[in-house]
Amino acid sequence: MRDLALEVINLSKGFGGARWPKRKTAVSAVNHVSLRVNRGEIFGVIGANGSGKSTLIRMISTLLTPDEGYIGVFGMNVQKEELRVRRLINRVSPDPSFFRVMSAQENLLFFARIYGIEPKEIKRRAAEILDKLNMGDRLSEPLLNLSRGQQQKVAVARAFLTSPVLMLLDEPTTGLDPHSKRDVQEFVVEVREKHDATILLTTHDMDEAERLCDRITFLAGGRIVAEGTPLELRMQAAHGRPLEDVSMETVFLELTGKRIEEDEEVLVNG
Amino acid sequence: MASITTVPTLAGGSSWSLAMAFVERQTNLWKRYWGWELVWLLYGLVNTLAVTLIAEQIGQQGGASPEAAQELVLFLLIGTLVWAYLSAVLDDISLVVQWERWEGTIEHTLMAPVPRSLHLLGMSVFGILHGSIRTFLIFAIALLFFDVDFSQADWLGAVSVIAIGSVSVAGLAVLAGVLPLLYPERGGQMSLMVQASLLLVSGVYYEVEVLPAWLQVFSFFSPATYILDGIRGAIIDGDSISELGRELGALAIFGVALIPLSLVAFTWAESYAKKTGKLKRQG
Repeated sequence: MRDLALEVINLSKGFGGARWPKRKTAVSAVNHVSLRVNRGEIFGVIGANGSGKSTLIRMISTLLTPDEGYIGVFGMNVQKEELRVRRLINRVSPDPSFFRVMSAQENLLFFARIYGIEPKEIKRRAAEILDKLNMGDRLSEPLLNLSRGQQQKVAVARAFLTSPVLMLLDEPTTGLDPHSKRDVQEFVVEVREKHDATILLTTHDMDEAERLCDRITFLAGGRIVAEGTPLELRMQAAHGRPLEDVSMETVFLELTGKRIEEDEEVLVNG
Repeated sequence: MASITTVPTLAGGSSWSLAMAFVERQTNLWKRYWGWELVWLLYGLVNTLAVTLIAEQIGQQGGASPEAAQELVLFLLIGTLVWAYLSAVLDDISLVVQWERWEGTIEHTLMAPVPRSLHLLGMSVFGILHGSIRTFLIFAIALLFFDVDFSQADWLGAVSVIAIGSVSVAGLAVLAGVLPLLYPERGGQMSLMVQASLLLVSGVYYEVEVLPAWLQVFSFFSPATYILDGIRGAIIDGDSISELGRELGALAIFGVALIPLSLVAFTWAESYAKKTGKLKRQG
């Protein structure tokens, strides 16, 4: 049996609702989700906006406390061994989330120093990673002068700088131009092929998921509705059709009964 | 990238180095926001001059003897300078959450493996250094406007009061910083109200004895009251450290009580924000 990098058991999280006379959960963001990710795997979580992907990532990142359930990272309980787990993980969020007036270098120095990495080592690793991402030499410019794609590349560098053994990529290529998207995807593939990193990738880009992920789970309305390798999922949805005629979008539609945009509409409309 | 094959160590850097990362970050932000720093420096200077000039006018109009007017100038100068320092420290530390919400970095900072105590220590060290530099500059410029006599001053006593007092102010600022965690929309304003309350009850521009009796009660619970009393005692009356026992003792008690209390409160509030999903929400 392979090492388990991430184990999620019966995880639930809701937000809002009245406190009185009885506390009620108005929106159930993640609903009894269980999943297991093996060490070295790229595991995709696909769902529309509002399907619970980011809430799931935030709970694994120690930024949200689950209402119920268990999360284990390399056997460590995320809620009970928070600091130890934090040293093993990092995250790329859909927004680059930087101190925008500071330069890329200053941001990277700060965000890696708080993981206990020496400044000299940070500079060496940052140059290496950003070179692989075709970032160029704009490290000393304030981030607000960089394009969205360049900022997101710096965000990817920030996350990989700390050598996480579990990387949480939360829609890392959303809003990127095709060129930047390809740079980030190639870097993720390289990290998976050459290094001991496990990657949990959330996306609503079906092509990206199929290209990068070993296994995929579909999340809809906070629940897992299907899970398997891309091929297994295609077979489930094929119903006798040739597999090459079954796109991942079709698979998603067949298995979730929804278009990729639908959860978002439900959430917006309450 | 070979380093990715290495499982990261769990300890991760010396404690001091982790705290200093926050000092370095705040210094970088301070440099980039230099225009705002200039604005606050000018505001602090104008406030110091405007308030202290009232004492000059009283002296010139014969409202007080030359000696009493001189003492009033020093009283108000110290009050405005101490307030410039305290408000800078309170702002820097109490904005620990609010600032990162504005920048959008709060989740990335709070998910790092830094004990919250070191995070807050770093913010406090920066706040104290930043407040000291700004206040020193205001002091140096204000001296050009007033003819004040520091011959009585016991500087060691004054520095001791500000050093010990800064610990309790840091604790108070962390407590104020808890509010934006609990109330994302109104917490920032509530932190400012804490500052405003301290300004009213601590005797910044007047002796606390002029307050209504019910308000004077609050002055006993403000560390700023003892900082102001101590520094005025050291600079105006020349009180030495041994003569400042009441103020230094009170400030030490505040420090011993407020630091652990503020850490517990911050940890609790962070946990509450993580349960309710308020960590990320914009104010």
